Order: sequence, then structure tokens, then C-alpha cells
Amino acid sequence: MYPITTLHYLVLSVALLLIGTVGVLTRRNIVIILMSIELILNAVNINLVAFSHALHNLGGQIFAIFVITDAVAEAAVGLGILIALFRNKETVQADEIDLLKW
Amino acid sequence: MNFLDQIWLIPLFPLFGAALMLLVGKWLDPQPASAVAVAPGVEPVADGHGHGHGQAKAHPTHEHGHVHAPLKKLINIICPGMVLLSFIFSAGAVWQLSQLPQKVHEVIQFTWIAGLPFHMATGQLATFQADWGFLLDPLSSVMILVVTGIGFLIHVYSTGYMAHDNGYYRFFGYLNLFVFFMLMLVLANNYLLLFVGWEGVGLCSYLLIGFYYHKKSAGDAGKKAFVVNRVGDAGFILGMLLMMSVLGTLRFVDVNSALRSGRFAVEAGGFGVLSAMSLLMFFGATGKSAQVPLYVWLPDAMEGPTPVSALIHAATMVTAGVYMVARSSALFELTPSTSTVVAAIGAFTAILAASIALVQNDIKRVLAYSTVSQLGYMFLALGVGAYWVAIFHLFTHAFFKALLFLCSGSVIHAMGGEQDMRRMGGLKDKIPITHWTMWVGSVAIAGIPGLAGFFSKDEILWQAYSSPKGSTLLWLVGIATAALTAFYMWRLMNMTFYGKSHVAPEVAAHIHESPASMTVPLVVLAIGSVLAGWMGVPKAWSLFNDSWRGFAAWLAPPFASAAKEAATEGEHSASMEWILMALSVAVAIIGISLARYFYCIRTEIPERIGARCKPLHTLLYNKWYVDELYDFLFVNGLGKGGGRVLGAFDRNVVDGGVNGAGWLTRFTSRVSMWWDTWIIDGAVRFGSFFVKMLSYPVCILQTGRVQAYALFVVVGVLALLGYYVVR
Repeated sequence: MYPITTLHYLVLSVALLLIGTVGVLTRRNIVIILMSIELILNAVNINLVAFSHALHNLGGQIFAIFVITDAVAEAAVGLGILIALFRNKETVQADEIDLLKW
Repeated sequence: MNFLDQIWLIPLFPLFGAALMLLVGKWLDPQPASAVAVAPGVEPVADGHGHGHGQAKAHPTHEHGHVHAPLKKLINIICPGMVLLSFIFSAGAVWQLSQLPQKVHEVIQFTWIAGLPFHMATGQLATFQADWGFLLDPLSSVMILVVTGIGFLIHVYSTGYMAHDNGYYRFFGYLNLFVFFMLMLVLANNYLLLFVGWEGVGLCSYLLIGFYYHKKSAGDAGKKAFVVNRVGDAGFILGMLLMMSVLGTLRFVDVNSALRSGRFAVEAGGFGVLSAMSLLMFFGATGKSAQVPLYVWLPDAMEGPTPVSALIHAATMVTAGVYMVARSSALFELTPSTSTVVAAIGAFTAILAASIALVQNDIKRVLAYSTVSQLGYMFLALGVGAYWVAIFHLFTHAFFKALLFLCSGSVIHAMGGEQDMRRMGGLKDKIPITHWTMWVGSVAIAGIPGLAGFFSKDEILWQAYSSPKGSTLLWLVGIATAALTAFYMWRLMNMTFYGKSHVAPEVAAHIHESPASMTVPLVVLAIGSVLAGWMGVPKAWSLFNDSWRGFAAWLAPPFASAAKEAATEGEHSASMEWILMALSVAVAIIGISLARYFYCIRTEIPERIGARCKPLHTLLYNKWYVDELYDFLFVNGLGKGGGRVLGAFDRNVVDGGVNGAGWLTRFTSRVSMWWDTWIIDGAVRFGSFFVKMLSYPVCILQTGRVQAYALFVVVGVLALLGYYVVR
């Protein structure tokens, strides 16, 4: 068995980042988009924890916990906005919400 | 009692009467509601002139009954009573004046117009002041006695004549108001106050001519009188202003002393500022005293009630012009050229009016033209410098012309409103008192020796002949007029009182002599017409001493020149005066006899002559077409034509200016609007358009889709990343 190296973490992280990014750009449902954003955040978290482990520095893990907290808050606010939006527009499709232009 | 200091009361009495009548008279003489306009029964009479100046006053015959309000008697007492009081005060004042050595008494009641500083023509600073003051001198004393004396008699007469008329109180109110203004006119101590009276009598004249206001011709006649008088008044005002600017005062005493001081030379042969002044004032006099060219209102003024014609349009008001010119004698002495004009106009008016009177058929019209003619005589006398003679004739004329008018009123009264002499005749025995008094008046005006008219008229003719300013031509015109006067007066007498009766039978039944209130004044005036002349017996009648010539002496002080005239007069031979006198009596007798022959004995002759000289007769009958000429020249020409011209001017020039200004404003606003739309708005819009164009590419990027923005972010990040990696 090969030991799990930092590189493995980084590959996973990149994979998650790419999946998240593509999800954000391509999916129309805002719930999915929010989930994709969580994926991106978690990619970052993995990155932070991996380097913390490799470098023996706890700062990265602490930062990761902050990110998680932040993600929770962000998800809460995002879902709240989403519900308010749905009440007004009766849709959660991102491409149907395009009023914010000149 | 010192009447001299109470002369301010003289005009005040009639004013009180007028105020009483006009303010509370309505309750003294309540009008019957049913008969407001014309009393029923008698139709207005037209005399075929087409002017329709028949009198619609229409005395109701007796079966209509007398509407006697109990208080009406009070009017009968108050109004003539006030004039009588004035007469008593006047007589007292004149008596006391004759006791004064200087024969002038001036009372200034209060300052009317306080000192107004102004620059005279010479550049000198003067103060103008007019007082409410009264001047009693021999001239005004004659006038106030005539106004109040004759005025009182005519008031008494009116109580009978107007008894059946509606508006009784109104009539007497106006009449008293007239007496007030007339007394103001003759008692004023300056021209401005005189002018107040002058305008006041004009107003009363207007009111009384239009007394039967429901009749259109009466209203028109009133307006005509008012307007024609206004024309003359304009001249008078200008004359006064010129006098103010040259002499600096309008007070008679100051004006006369300034003019007699020698500061002003006689404007002989020339036409200077004084001549202009006197000519303007004379123009004012032609309006009030009915001279050519402004006499046209007086014949029409006969639309008024007959007592008004007698008092205002024969005896007093129309002589105001004569009085004014006589009052300005100092001025006219200095201006021989104006005096010549005055004499010429007077003579021309005299013969013109007399010629018209020859063929008129309305009894009052004949007398109206006779008045114009006699006023012409007065101006002839004024023009030749015989001022006292003019006043003398004014005095005697007031008696016999008032008498003649009142008699004609009595005739009209008897005939139930008929004025056309062709429908009269043979009235001699039916109304004897009227006939005999009118006979006296006609003899007096014709100039038969011994009666008033003879003395004054003969004196005028003598002065026209002998005075330095007179001439044979003036005398000839005068004596021709005398012949015409005798003829037309006796034509009137014969047509009215003698010969065959042409009275309609239904009228003839009602003919009755007038009541005593009318006949008594007639008798008094007839006595006056006989006696009034004996104050100025001709010089040639050496049988009478100077006390028979008191009139000239009495009037000497106001006319400083009269003494001079008297001196030159003495040089002429008495035999010449006798010859002229005989001539004038001869033409008078010829005139009377001819009239008797034509209109009583051979009544077909006048028609034959009329047919033979058709154009002349038509010309005279239509009053020389002067009214038509004035209508053409002034009413239609200057008035309406000028109105049209001014209307065109208004439409084209004034309106054109306004419209042009409007058009210009609109045009500039168009330009401004175009500028605003295309340049200002254009610039703004272009700016916005420019910005829009610039922003267009950026706008394409702003889709409003969140994911697109996210894509841009990702692309951006990749681009940055790529940039750093590749480098």
C-alpha cells in the first residue's frame, strides 16, 4: 500500500474544485449551485488541512474550522435569500432571475 | 338793511328753491302712476318740416280734470317766491349801488382756487387765484334785474302754463336752478366763476329743452344744444387760458385795469395775441348767444316748454354771450380786427335769421329765428363799439321777446298744443288779452316809435352808421333786417290773430283765454315793452333832457370807451339822425303794411310769390340748408367720416402694431423653440446618445445572469493564471 501523500490530497482538492466550479457555472438550480459552492469551499478546506499536516502547522486546520463555520453561515443566508426569492418569483432557476441589469 | 353786502344771497334763493324741488319735490307733487308720459287726448303736432318739432306737451283739455295735489300749491309759492326774493334783493342792491360814488361793489366770499404759481407768456412768475366773489356794477345790475324780474314773471306764468304737466316739480327745480346759474354768471367777479355759471345755464338749458324726454326730437334738440354749445365753450376756455398766460389774472377788475393801463397797444390793422384772445372769447359767445356759425341749436331748442323758450332761449341765457363780450369791452377796444368780425357776424346773423323767419310756419320757430336775429343786432352794436347800446337792446329785447314767447305759449295753450300758424287765424276776439299783449310786443319789435324796441334798435342802427367802427354797409344790413323783422312779425300776427280762421272745428270749440296766472305776466311784460325804451331816448329828441337818457350814463363806468364814443357821436348832425330814424320807421311801417296786405287782404299773393321764386322759397324754408350742411360737414363728414378714418387707423396702425408685436413675439418664440429643441435638447440628447453608444459593448456583458458573471470571474482567474504561468 502506498502511503497517502500530500499530493493525493491536492489531487482530491483539485478534483473537488473543478467539480464545484463546473457545477456553479453549468447548473441552473440555485440549490445545486449552493451545493457546488460548498464543494469549492471543501476543496479549499482539504487543501488547508493537507498543508497543515505536511508542514506541522496547526494554523491551517484552525483556518479550516473558520471556513466551515463561514460556510454554514453562508449556506443559511443563501438558503434564506433563496426562499424569499422563491416566494416572489416562484422559481429557483438561476437563468430566470436576470433582472439585475441596466 | 345793507343789500350790497348781501348780494351773495341773490343767487342763493333760487338755489335753495331748486334744491328743495329736486330733492323733495317728488313728495310735494306726486305723479299719477297712470299718466307718466303724455297726457292723453292730444296728439303731438308736426308742422311738415320733417323735423317733427311739434310740441307733444299736449295740454289736456279741461275734461281731463285738474290733478291737484294739495302740496302743489306750495311749489307755486316757493319757486316764484324765491325768484321774487332775489328780485327784491337785486333791486335793493342796485338802488344802493346807485348811491355809491364809484358805482362798483365787489364782495369776495371766499377763495375758490388758492394761489397757483405759474409762468406767464413773458416768463414772469405769477400766482393764479380765483375767488368765489361777486361783482356788482352797472352792467351786472342791469343783468340781475332782467334775470330776476323777467324770471319771476315767467315763473308765475309757468304755474299756469305747466299746471297740467307731469314733472311739475322737476320743471320748477330746473327753472330755479337755471336762475341760480344765470345769476352766478352775471354776478361773478372773474371769468372762471362766470364760466361756472356759463356751463350751469348750458346744463339747465339742456335739461329743459329735453324736458319732454319721452319725445325723441326733444332729446335730440337738447343734445344738439349741448354739443354745439360745447364747441363754443372750447373757444371760451382757450381764450381764458390765453388771458391767464398773457395777463396773469382772470378777475374782471384786474383784467380791465391791466388792459387799460397802456401796457398793451391797440392792435390796429394787425392780428396779435389780444386779437386771438378776443376772437376765441367771441367764439364762445357765438355758441351761447346763437350767432353764425353756431346758431343752429337755438331754433331746435324750441322743443322745450314755451316758458323755457321765453326765459332761457330768448330773454336771458342767450344774452350771456352779449354780456360776456360787453364785460370784456376793454379787450375788444384794443382789438379792432376782432370787433370788425363781431360786427360782421352780428349783421350777417341778423339778416340770415330774419330771412329764414320770413317763411317758417311754426309760431315758435319764427320767434326763435327772430331771437337769433335780434341777438345779431346786439353783436352788431358790440362790434361797432356801442356796448351800452347792446346792453340796452338786451334789456328791451328781454321784455318784448319774453312777452312774444309767452303770448305764443298762450296761443298754443288756447289751441291745445297746435303750433302751426297755417292752422290758426282769426283768434283776435277769442283770446283778447293774448292778442293785445302780443300786438304790443310785435309793435315793439317792429320798431314803431314810442315802444321799447324802437329806441334800442334805432340806437343800434345809428351807432352802426355813425360810430368810427361802423359803416354804411352795416347800417344797410341793419335796416334791411328791420324791414324783414317788421314783415315776419306781422306775418305771424296776421296768420294767427286776423283774417280767416283755419282752425280745425274740434279745436275751435276748446279755444279759451288763459288763466290769470298767465295773462297777468303778459300784461306786466307788455307795459314793460312800452316803457323800457324810455331810458334811452335818442339824442336827437332834444325835447327830452338828459334824464331820459339815463341808460347810457348808468352804463358809462363799465365801458370806459362809451364816453369817448359819446364825444365822437356829438359831432354828427342831429338832422342825419332824424333822417335815419325816419327811414327805419318807414321800413317798419312798410313791412307791417306789406304783411297785412299779403296775409290778411290778398292771401293768395304769398303763394304766388312763393311759386314764382320757388328756389329762393325752398332755400329759406329749409333754413339755407345750414343744418344739412353741418350734418354733411361735421356730423357725417368729420364725425362719422373721421370716425371711419380713425377706425381704419385703429384697425390698421394701432391694432397692426399690437398684432405685429404679437407676431414678432411668436416668431422669436418659434426660433427660440427651434433652438431649444434642436440645439440645446440636441446637445443633451447627443451626449446621452454618445454615452449610450460607448456603453453598448459593456452592456452586452451585463446580462443579469449570476452564472455568466461567475463565468467571467473564472475566465479572468484562468487568464491571470495563464499569464503568470506562461511568463
